[in-house]
Amino acid sequence: MNPTHPVPSGESPPEGAAGDPIAALLRRSARGDQAAFADLYDATAARLHGLVLRVVRDPAQADEVTQEAYLEIWRTAARFDSGRGSALAWLMTIGHRRAVDRVRSAQAATRRDNEYLRDEREAGPDVTAEAALSGLEARRVRTALEALTAVQREAIELAYFGGYTHTEVAALLDLPVGTAKTRIRDGLIRLRDTMGVGQ
Amino acid sequence: MNDIHALTGAYAVDALDAAERLAFEEHLATCADCRTEVSELTEAAGLLTELVAVAPAPRLRSAVLAEIDRVRPLPPLPSITTTSVASTERDEPEENVLPLRRRPVRAALVAAAAAAALIGGGLAITQPWQDEASQQLSAADRVLAAADAEEVTLDFPDGASARLVRSAREGRAVLVTHAMPAAPRGRDYQLWLQTPDGKMVDAGLMPDRADQTVLLTGDASRATGAGITVEPDGGSPQPTTEPIAFFDLSEAG
Repeated sequence: MNPTHPVPSGESPPEGAAGDPIAALLRRSARGDQAAFADLYDATAARLHGLVLRVVRDPAQADEVTQEAYLEIWRTAARFDSGRGSALAWLMTIGHRRAVDRVRSAQAATRRDNEYLRDEREAGPDVTAEAALSGLEARRVRTALEALTAVQREAIELAYFGGYTHTEVAALLDLPVGTAKTRIRDGLIRLRDTMGVGQ
Repeated sequence: MNDIHALTGAYAVDALDAAERLAFEEHLATCADCRTEVSELTEAAGLLTELVAVAPAPRLRSAVLAEIDRVRPLPPLPSITTTSVASTERDEPEENVLPLRRRPVRAALVAAAAAAALIGGGLAITQPWQDEASQQLSAADRVLAAADAEEVTLDFPDGASARLVRSAREGRAVLVTHAMPAAPRGRDYQLWLQTPDGKMVDAGLMPDRADQTVLLTGDASRATGAGITVEPDGGSPQPTTEPIAFFDLSEAG
Protein backbone atom coordinates (compact mmCIF):
# COMPACT_ATOMS: atom_id res chain seq x y z
CA MET A 1 0.00 0.00 0.00
CA ASN A 2 2.54 2.49 1.13
CA PRO A 3 4.61 3.53 -1.85
CA THR A 4 7.62 4.25 0.28
CA HIS A 5 7.43 0.88 1.98
CA PRO A 6 11.01 -0.27 2.06
CA VAL A 7 11.53 -3.22 -0.18
CA PRO A 8 14.47 -5.15 1.15
CA SER A 9 14.99 -6.74 -2.18
CA GLY A 10 17.33 -4.64 -4.16
CA GLU A 11 20.27 -5.59 -2.02
CA SER A 12 21.29 -8.30 -4.47
CA PRO A 13 20.33 -11.11 -2.13
CA PRO A 14 22.96 -13.74 -1.55
CA GLU A 15 21.97 -16.86 -3.47
CA GLY A 16 18.70 -18.28 -2.23
CA ALA A 17 19.52 -16.95 1.15
CA ALA A 18 17.57 -17.20 4.32
CA GLY A 19 18.13 -13.46 4.31
CA ASP A 20 15.53 -12.90 1.60
CA PRO A 21 12.44 -11.73 3.51
CA ILE A 22 10.28 -11.77 0.39
CA ALA A 23 11.20 -15.42 -0.13
CA ALA A 24 10.22 -16.18 3.44
CA LEU A 25 6.81 -14.56 2.92
CA LEU A 26 6.44 -16.47 -0.33
CA ARG A 27 7.15 -19.77 1.38
CA ARG A 28 4.53 -19.05 4.03
CA SER A 29 2.06 -18.03 1.33
CA ALA A 30 2.64 -21.35 -0.42
CA ARG A 31 1.32 -23.03 2.72
CA GLY A 32 -1.85 -20.96 2.54
CA ASP A 33 -0.86 -18.20 4.98
CA GLN A 34 -2.95 -15.27 3.81
CA ALA A 35 -1.48 -12.82 6.31
CA ALA A 36 1.97 -13.54 4.93
CA PHE A 37 0.64 -12.97 1.45
CA ALA A 38 -0.83 -9.63 2.51
CA ASP A 39 2.61 -8.63 3.80
CA LEU A 40 4.15 -9.83 0.57
CA TYR A 41 1.69 -7.72 -1.36
CA ASP A 42 2.40 -4.64 0.74
CA ALA A 43 6.13 -5.03 0.32
CA THR A 44 6.09 -5.51 -3.43
CA ALA A 45 2.87 -4.16 -4.97
CA ALA A 46 4.17 -0.68 -5.74
CA ARG A 47 7.08 -2.08 -7.73
CA LEU A 48 5.09 -4.73 -9.53
CA HIS A 49 2.20 -2.42 -10.30
CA GLY A 50 4.54 0.38 -11.38
CA LEU A 51 6.22 -2.02 -13.78
CA VAL A 52 2.92 -3.27 -15.17
CA LEU A 53 1.64 0.28 -15.56
CA ARG A 54 4.78 1.26 -17.48
CA VAL A 55 4.27 -1.52 -19.95
CA VAL A 56 0.50 -1.53 -20.25
CA ARG A 57 -0.02 2.26 -19.84
CA ASP A 58 -3.77 2.06 -19.49
CA PRO A 59 -4.50 2.28 -15.75
CA ALA A 60 -7.63 0.12 -15.85
CA GLN A 61 -5.86 -2.65 -17.74
CA ALA A 62 -2.82 -2.31 -15.52
CA ASP A 63 -5.03 -2.92 -12.49
CA GLU A 64 -6.33 -6.11 -14.07
CA VAL A 65 -2.88 -7.34 -14.94
CA THR A 66 -1.52 -6.59 -11.47
CA GLN A 67 -4.41 -8.46 -9.93
CA GLU A 68 -3.92 -11.45 -12.23
CA ALA A 69 -0.21 -11.44 -11.45
CA TYR A 70 -0.78 -11.58 -7.70
CA LEU A 71 -3.25 -14.42 -8.09
CA GLU A 72 -0.68 -16.31 -10.12
CA ILE A 73 1.92 -15.58 -7.43
CA TRP A 74 -0.40 -16.91 -4.74
CA ARG A 75 -1.23 -20.00 -6.74
CA THR A 76 2.32 -20.84 -7.75
CA ALA A 77 4.25 -19.62 -4.68
CA ALA A 78 5.44 -23.16 -3.98
CA ARG A 79 7.14 -23.24 -7.35
CA PHE A 80 9.50 -20.40 -6.59
CA ASP A 81 13.02 -21.81 -6.59
CA SER A 82 15.38 -19.76 -4.46
CA GLY A 83 18.31 -21.42 -6.19
CA ARG A 84 17.44 -19.53 -9.34
CA GLY A 85 17.31 -16.00 -8.03
CA SER A 86 15.61 -13.71 -5.58
CA ALA A 87 11.93 -13.82 -4.79
CA LEU A 88 11.54 -10.23 -5.89
CA ALA A 89 12.97 -10.98 -9.33
CA TRP A 90 10.57 -13.93 -9.59
CA LEU A 91 7.60 -11.71 -8.76
CA MET A 92 8.67 -9.05 -11.22
CA THR A 93 9.11 -11.69 -13.92
CA ILE A 94 5.53 -12.84 -13.43
CA GLY A 95 4.21 -9.28 -13.55
CA HIS A 96 6.31 -8.38 -16.56
CA ARG A 97 5.42 -11.48 -18.53
CA ARG A 98 1.72 -10.86 -17.97
CA ALA A 99 2.01 -7.19 -18.89
CA VAL A 100 3.87 -8.05 -22.07
CA ASP A 101 1.35 -10.74 -22.97
CA ARG A 102 -1.40 -8.18 -22.53
CA VAL A 103 0.11 -5.53 -24.78
CA ARG A 104 1.16 -8.03 -27.43
CA SER A 105 -2.27 -9.59 -27.73
CA ALA A 106 -3.73 -6.10 -28.04
CA GLN A 107 -1.06 -5.31 -30.57
CA ALA A 108 -1.89 -8.41 -32.58
CA ALA A 109 -5.45 -7.18 -32.69
CA THR A 110 -4.67 -3.67 -33.83
CA ARG A 111 -1.40 -4.32 -35.66
CA ARG A 112 0.82 -1.42 -35.01
CA ASP A 113 2.76 -0.38 -38.04
CA ASN A 114 6.18 1.17 -37.97
CA GLU A 115 4.74 4.64 -38.16
CA TYR A 116 2.82 4.00 -35.01
CA LEU A 117 5.82 2.43 -33.35
CA ARG A 118 7.76 5.58 -34.08
CA ASP A 119 5.12 7.75 -32.44
CA GLU A 120 5.18 5.44 -29.48
CA ARG A 121 8.87 5.97 -29.23
CA GLU A 122 8.48 9.70 -28.93
CA ALA A 123 6.20 9.15 -26.00
CA GLY A 124 8.40 6.30 -24.84
CA PRO A 125 9.56 5.69 -21.35
CA ASP A 126 12.56 7.53 -20.09
CA VAL A 127 13.08 6.61 -16.50
CA THR A 128 16.38 8.33 -16.14
CA ALA A 129 14.80 11.67 -16.89
CA GLU A 130 12.39 11.28 -14.06
CA ALA A 131 13.03 13.13 -10.89
CA ALA A 132 11.45 12.74 -7.51
CA LEU A 133 12.88 9.37 -6.72
CA SER A 134 13.88 9.04 -3.18
CA GLY A 135 15.70 6.33 -1.39
CA LEU A 136 19.18 5.06 -1.41
CA GLU A 137 18.37 1.99 -3.43
CA ALA A 138 16.65 3.98 -6.15
CA ARG A 139 19.64 6.24 -6.36
CA ARG A 140 21.96 3.28 -6.66
CA VAL A 141 19.90 1.82 -9.46
CA ARG A 142 19.67 5.16 -11.21
CA THR A 143 23.41 5.58 -11.01
CA ALA A 144 23.93 2.09 -12.39
CA LEU A 145 21.56 2.84 -15.25
CA GLU A 146 23.41 6.03 -16.01
CA ALA A 147 26.61 4.03 -16.27
CA LEU A 148 25.24 2.33 -19.40
CA THR A 149 25.87 3.77 -22.79
CA ALA A 150 22.96 5.81 -24.09
CA VAL A 151 22.18 3.21 -26.75
CA GLN A 152 22.20 0.35 -24.24
CA ARG A 153 19.89 2.26 -21.95
CA GLU A 154 17.54 3.09 -24.77
CA ALA A 155 17.34 -0.52 -25.91
CA ILE A 156 16.72 -1.82 -22.38
CA GLU A 157 14.05 0.76 -21.65
CA LEU A 158 12.16 0.01 -24.85
CA ALA A 159 12.34 -3.71 -24.18
CA TYR A 160 11.67 -3.77 -20.45
CA PHE A 161 9.41 -0.78 -19.92
CA GLY A 162 8.08 -0.53 -23.45
CA GLY A 163 7.36 -4.26 -23.76
CA TYR A 164 8.78 -4.44 -27.28
CA THR A 165 10.55 -7.46 -28.73
CA HIS A 166 14.19 -7.07 -29.66
CA THR A 167 13.14 -7.11 -33.32
CA GLU A 168 10.75 -4.23 -32.69
CA VAL A 169 13.41 -2.42 -30.70
CA ALA A 170 15.76 -2.77 -33.66
CA ALA A 171 13.10 -1.32 -35.98
CA LEU A 172 12.38 1.53 -33.59
CA LEU A 173 16.04 2.43 -33.37
CA ASP A 174 16.80 1.83 -37.05
CA LEU A 175 19.25 -0.90 -36.16
CA PRO A 176 20.02 -4.05 -38.10
CA VAL A 177 18.10 -6.98 -36.59
CA GLY A 178 20.43 -8.67 -34.15
CA THR A 179 22.00 -5.49 -32.88
CA ALA A 180 19.25 -4.69 -30.43
CA LYS A 181 19.51 -8.03 -28.66
CA THR A 182 23.24 -7.48 -28.21
CA ARG A 183 22.67 -4.03 -26.75
CA ILE A 184 20.05 -5.34 -24.38
CA ARG A 185 22.36 -8.11 -23.22
CA ASP A 186 25.46 -5.94 -22.93
CA GLY A 187 23.50 -3.32 -21.03
CA LEU A 188 22.02 -5.84 -18.61
CA ILE A 189 25.45 -7.37 -18.05
CA ARG A 190 26.86 -3.98 -17.18
CA LEU A 191 23.92 -3.30 -14.90
CA ARG A 192 24.43 -6.67 -13.23
CA ASP A 193 28.11 -5.97 -12.69
CA THR A 194 27.55 -2.45 -11.39
CA MET A 195 24.87 -3.59 -8.98
CA GLY A 196 26.85 -6.63 -7.91
CA VAL A 197 24.18 -9.14 -8.80
CA GLY A 198 25.07 -12.80 -8.81
CA GLN A 199 28.85 -12.94 -8.45
CA MET B 1 29.83 -17.81 -29.06
CA ASN B 2 26.97 -19.35 -30.84
CA ASP B 3 24.22 -16.92 -31.75
CA ILE B 4 21.51 -18.32 -29.52
CA HIS B 5 23.50 -17.55 -26.36
CA ALA B 6 23.20 -13.86 -27.22
CA LEU B 7 19.45 -14.06 -26.53
CA THR B 8 19.88 -14.29 -22.74
CA GLY B 9 19.31 -10.56 -22.27
CA ALA B 10 16.31 -10.37 -24.55
CA TYR B 11 14.84 -13.42 -22.83
CA ALA B 12 15.37 -11.89 -19.38
CA VAL B 13 13.26 -8.88 -20.35
CA ASP B 14 10.64 -10.85 -22.32
CA ALA B 15 11.81 -9.33 -25.59
CA LEU B 16 11.52 -12.52 -27.62
CA ASP B 17 8.53 -13.32 -29.75
CA ALA B 18 6.64 -16.52 -29.04
CA ALA B 19 8.60 -18.71 -31.43
CA GLU B 20 11.97 -17.39 -30.30
CA ARG B 21 11.00 -17.83 -26.69
CA LEU B 22 10.08 -21.44 -27.27
CA ALA B 23 13.31 -22.17 -29.12
CA PHE B 24 15.38 -20.40 -26.49
CA GLU B 25 13.72 -22.29 -23.67
CA GLU B 26 14.64 -25.52 -25.37
CA HIS B 27 18.20 -24.28 -25.55
CA LEU B 28 18.14 -23.20 -21.90
CA ALA B 29 17.32 -26.72 -20.86
CA THR B 30 20.66 -27.90 -22.13
CA CYS B 31 22.86 -24.89 -21.41
CA ALA B 32 23.85 -24.24 -17.81
CA ASP B 33 25.80 -21.11 -18.72
CA CYS B 34 22.74 -19.51 -20.25
CA ARG B 35 20.59 -20.51 -17.28
CA THR B 36 22.99 -18.76 -14.93
CA GLU B 37 23.21 -15.71 -17.13
CA VAL B 38 19.44 -15.49 -17.56
CA SER B 39 18.91 -15.64 -13.82
CA GLU B 40 21.50 -12.92 -13.21
CA LEU B 41 20.17 -10.66 -15.94
CA THR B 42 16.59 -11.19 -14.76
CA GLU B 43 17.78 -10.11 -11.35
CA ALA B 44 19.42 -7.02 -12.83
CA ALA B 45 16.31 -6.09 -14.82
CA GLY B 46 14.13 -6.55 -11.74
CA LEU B 47 16.16 -3.89 -9.96
CA LEU B 48 14.94 -1.33 -12.46
CA THR B 49 11.46 -1.58 -10.98
CA GLU B 50 12.86 0.43 -8.11
CA LEU B 51 12.63 3.41 -10.43
CA VAL B 52 9.02 3.08 -11.47
CA ALA B 53 7.14 2.16 -8.29
CA VAL B 54 3.52 3.29 -8.26
CA ALA B 55 1.24 2.19 -5.44
CA PRO B 56 -1.89 0.52 -6.77
CA ALA B 57 -5.30 1.67 -5.58
CA PRO B 58 -6.31 0.30 -2.17
CA ARG B 59 -9.29 -1.51 -3.72
CA LEU B 60 -6.86 -3.65 -5.70
CA ARG B 61 -5.41 -4.95 -2.46
CA SER B 62 -8.86 -5.81 -1.12
CA ALA B 63 -9.75 -7.53 -4.39
CA VAL B 64 -6.57 -9.60 -4.42
CA LEU B 65 -6.91 -10.64 -0.78
CA ALA B 66 -10.58 -11.51 -1.24
CA GLU B 67 -9.81 -13.61 -4.25
CA ILE B 68 -6.93 -15.63 -2.79
CA ASP B 69 -9.29 -16.77 -0.09
CA ARG B 70 -11.03 -18.80 -2.78
CA VAL B 71 -7.94 -20.11 -4.55
CA ARG B 72 -5.86 -23.03 -3.40
CA PRO B 73 -2.09 -22.67 -3.78
CA LEU B 74 -0.56 -25.37 -5.93
CA PRO B 75 1.79 -27.92 -4.38
CA PRO B 76 5.51 -27.68 -5.14
CA LEU B 77 6.82 -29.39 -8.23
CA PRO B 78 8.98 -32.40 -7.57
CA SER B 79 12.49 -31.00 -7.48
CA ILE B 80 14.28 -31.21 -10.76
CA THR B 81 17.89 -32.10 -10.24
CA THR B 82 20.00 -29.38 -11.69
CA THR B 83 23.23 -31.31 -11.46
CA SER B 84 26.25 -29.18 -11.96
CA VAL B 85 28.53 -32.10 -12.74
CA ALA B 86 30.38 -30.78 -15.71
CA SER B 87 30.72 -34.09 -17.49
CA THR B 88 26.99 -34.73 -17.58
CA GLU B 89 26.27 -31.23 -18.79
CA ARG B 90 26.79 -31.94 -22.45
CA ASP B 91 23.58 -32.45 -24.29
CA GLU B 92 21.27 -33.96 -21.78
CA PRO B 93 17.98 -32.24 -21.68
CA GLU B 94 17.05 -32.37 -18.02
CA GLU B 95 13.88 -30.46 -18.40
CA ASN B 96 10.30 -30.97 -19.24
CA VAL B 97 10.44 -32.18 -22.78
CA LEU B 98 10.15 -35.66 -24.07
CA PRO B 99 9.74 -36.83 -27.60
CA LEU B 100 6.38 -38.43 -28.05
CA ARG B 101 5.02 -40.13 -31.06
CA ARG B 102 1.83 -38.76 -32.44
CA ARG B 103 -0.83 -41.25 -31.55
CA PRO B 104 -4.22 -41.79 -33.04
CA VAL B 105 -7.20 -40.53 -31.10
CA ARG B 106 -8.66 -44.03 -31.00
CA ALA B 107 -5.77 -45.38 -28.95
CA ALA B 108 -5.97 -42.43 -26.63
CA LEU B 109 -9.60 -43.11 -25.95
CA VAL B 110 -8.87 -46.72 -25.07
CA ALA B 111 -6.28 -45.53 -22.61
CA ALA B 112 -8.75 -43.06 -21.21
CA ALA B 113 -11.25 -45.80 -20.65
CA ALA B 114 -8.63 -47.74 -18.75
CA ALA B 115 -7.83 -44.74 -16.62
CA ALA B 116 -11.48 -44.08 -15.96
CA ALA B 117 -11.95 -47.68 -14.88
CA LEU B 118 -9.02 -47.33 -12.55
CA ILE B 119 -10.67 -44.39 -10.88
CA GLY B 120 -13.74 -46.46 -10.20
CA GLY B 121 -16.61 -45.13 -8.15
CA GLY B 122 -14.92 -41.99 -6.94
CA LEU B 123 -17.01 -39.62 -4.91
CA ALA B 124 -18.03 -36.44 -6.60
CA ILE B 125 -17.21 -33.56 -4.33
CA THR B 126 -18.79 -30.25 -5.11
CA GLN B 127 -16.31 -27.43 -5.13
CA PRO B 128 -16.58 -23.72 -5.79
CA TRP B 129 -14.58 -24.21 -8.93
CA GLN B 130 -15.84 -21.09 -10.64
CA ASP B 131 -13.90 -18.97 -8.21
CA GLU B 132 -10.63 -20.66 -8.90
CA ALA B 133 -11.29 -20.41 -12.58
CA SER B 134 -12.22 -16.76 -12.47
CA GLN B 135 -8.65 -15.58 -12.28
CA GLN B 136 -7.99 -17.08 -15.67
CA LEU B 137 -11.18 -15.91 -17.21
CA SER B 138 -9.85 -13.02 -19.18
CA ALA B 139 -7.13 -14.95 -21.00
CA ALA B 140 -9.27 -18.06 -21.42
CA ASP B 141 -12.17 -16.02 -22.68
CA ARG B 142 -9.97 -14.34 -25.22
CA VAL B 143 -8.95 -17.74 -26.58
CA LEU B 144 -12.50 -19.05 -26.66
CA ALA B 145 -13.70 -15.93 -28.44
CA ALA B 146 -10.78 -15.67 -30.83
CA ALA B 147 -11.61 -15.49 -34.52
CA ASP B 148 -8.90 -18.03 -35.28
CA ALA B 149 -9.87 -20.51 -32.54
CA GLU B 150 -9.40 -24.14 -33.55
CA GLU B 151 -10.80 -26.95 -31.50
CA VAL B 152 -10.71 -30.70 -31.00
CA THR B 153 -13.27 -32.50 -28.86
CA LEU B 154 -12.75 -35.94 -27.36
CA ASP B 155 -15.57 -37.98 -25.87
CA PHE B 156 -14.67 -40.57 -23.27
CA PRO B 157 -16.58 -43.82 -22.93
CA ASP B 158 -17.78 -42.95 -19.43
CA GLY B 159 -19.62 -39.86 -20.66
CA ALA B 160 -16.88 -37.36 -19.90
CA SER B 161 -15.72 -35.05 -22.63
CA ALA B 162 -12.96 -32.57 -23.14
CA ARG B 163 -12.66 -29.84 -25.71
CA LEU B 164 -9.33 -28.24 -26.48
CA VAL B 165 -9.43 -24.79 -28.04
CA ARG B 166 -6.34 -23.10 -29.34
CA SER B 167 -5.88 -19.62 -30.74
CA ALA B 168 -2.58 -19.22 -32.51
CA ARG B 169 -3.03 -15.47 -32.44
CA GLU B 170 -3.54 -15.41 -28.69
CA GLY B 171 -0.75 -17.94 -28.38
CA ARG B 172 -2.71 -19.91 -25.79
CA ALA B 173 -4.82 -22.99 -25.50
CA VAL B 174 -7.77 -23.72 -23.25
CA LEU B 175 -9.23 -27.01 -22.13
CA VAL B 176 -12.94 -27.21 -21.39
CA THR B 177 -13.99 -30.37 -19.56
CA HIS B 178 -17.35 -31.91 -18.89
CA ALA B 179 -18.05 -34.62 -16.31
CA MET B 180 -14.38 -35.50 -15.90
CA PRO B 181 -13.77 -38.02 -13.12
CA ALA B 182 -11.23 -36.92 -10.50
CA ALA B 183 -7.66 -38.12 -10.88
CA PRO B 184 -6.87 -41.25 -8.87
CA ARG B 185 -5.79 -40.73 -5.26
CA GLY B 186 -2.24 -39.43 -5.06
CA ARG B 187 -2.29 -38.46 -8.74
CA ASP B 188 -2.88 -35.32 -10.71
CA TYR B 189 -3.93 -34.73 -14.26
CA GLN B 190 -1.18 -32.86 -16.02
CA LEU B 191 -1.48 -30.99 -19.30
CA TRP B 192 1.12 -30.90 -22.06
CA LEU B 193 1.68 -29.05 -25.27
CA GLN B 194 3.39 -30.80 -28.14
CA THR B 195 6.02 -28.77 -29.97
CA PRO B 196 6.40 -29.01 -33.74
CA ASP B 197 9.33 -31.38 -33.27
CA GLY B 198 7.22 -33.75 -31.22
CA LYS B 199 8.31 -32.86 -27.70
CA MET B 200 5.83 -32.58 -24.86
CA VAL B 201 6.20 -29.46 -22.73
CA ASP B 202 4.56 -29.01 -19.34
CA ALA B 203 1.40 -26.90 -19.62
CA GLY B 204 0.29 -27.03 -16.00
CA LEU B 205 -1.85 -29.20 -13.78
CA MET B 206 -5.55 -29.67 -14.25
CA PRO B 207 -7.45 -29.26 -10.99
CA ASP B 208 -9.81 -32.07 -10.01
CA ARG B 209 -13.09 -30.59 -11.16
CA ALA B 210 -15.68 -32.28 -13.30
CA ASP B 211 -16.59 -29.24 -15.34
CA GLN B 212 -14.06 -26.52 -15.81
CA THR B 213 -12.16 -24.28 -18.15
CA VAL B 214 -8.40 -24.49 -17.79
CA LEU B 215 -5.93 -22.19 -19.46
CA LEU B 216 -2.85 -24.14 -20.47
CA THR B 217 0.37 -22.46 -19.46
CA GLY B 218 2.98 -21.74 -22.09
CA ASP B 219 2.93 -20.71 -25.67
CA ALA B 220 0.48 -22.72 -27.75
CA SER B 221 0.80 -20.79 -30.98
CA ARG B 222 2.84 -23.46 -32.72
CA ALA B 223 1.71 -26.47 -30.72
CA THR B 224 0.88 -29.46 -32.88
CA GLY B 225 -1.06 -31.13 -30.14
CA ALA B 226 -1.98 -31.21 -26.48
CA GLY B 227 -2.18 -34.12 -24.08
CA ILE B 228 -3.41 -35.08 -20.65
CA THR B 229 -1.46 -37.57 -18.54
CA VAL B 230 -1.95 -38.97 -15.06
CA GLU B 231 1.09 -38.05 -12.95
CA PRO B 232 2.12 -38.33 -9.31
CA ASP B 233 0.64 -35.54 -7.18
CA GLY B 234 2.13 -32.19 -8.10
CA GLY B 235 3.00 -33.21 -11.63
CA SER B 236 6.16 -34.33 -13.38
CA PRO B 237 8.79 -32.47 -15.35
CA GLN B 238 8.03 -34.75 -18.27
CA PRO B 239 5.27 -37.24 -18.97
CA THR B 240 5.78 -40.51 -17.09
CA THR B 241 2.69 -42.22 -18.48
CA GLU B 242 1.02 -42.47 -21.86
CA PRO B 243 -1.53 -39.70 -22.36
CA ILE B 244 -5.11 -40.57 -21.46
CA ALA B 245 -6.11 -38.10 -24.12
CA PHE B 246 -4.30 -36.51 -27.00
CA PHE B 247 -5.69 -33.63 -29.01
CA ASP B 248 -4.17 -33.54 -32.45
CA LEU B 249 -4.05 -29.91 -33.46
CA SER B 250 -2.49 -30.61 -36.81
CA GLU B 251 -5.92 -31.71 -37.96
CA ALA B 252 -7.95 -29.19 -36.00
CA GLY B 253 -10.28 -26.81 -37.71
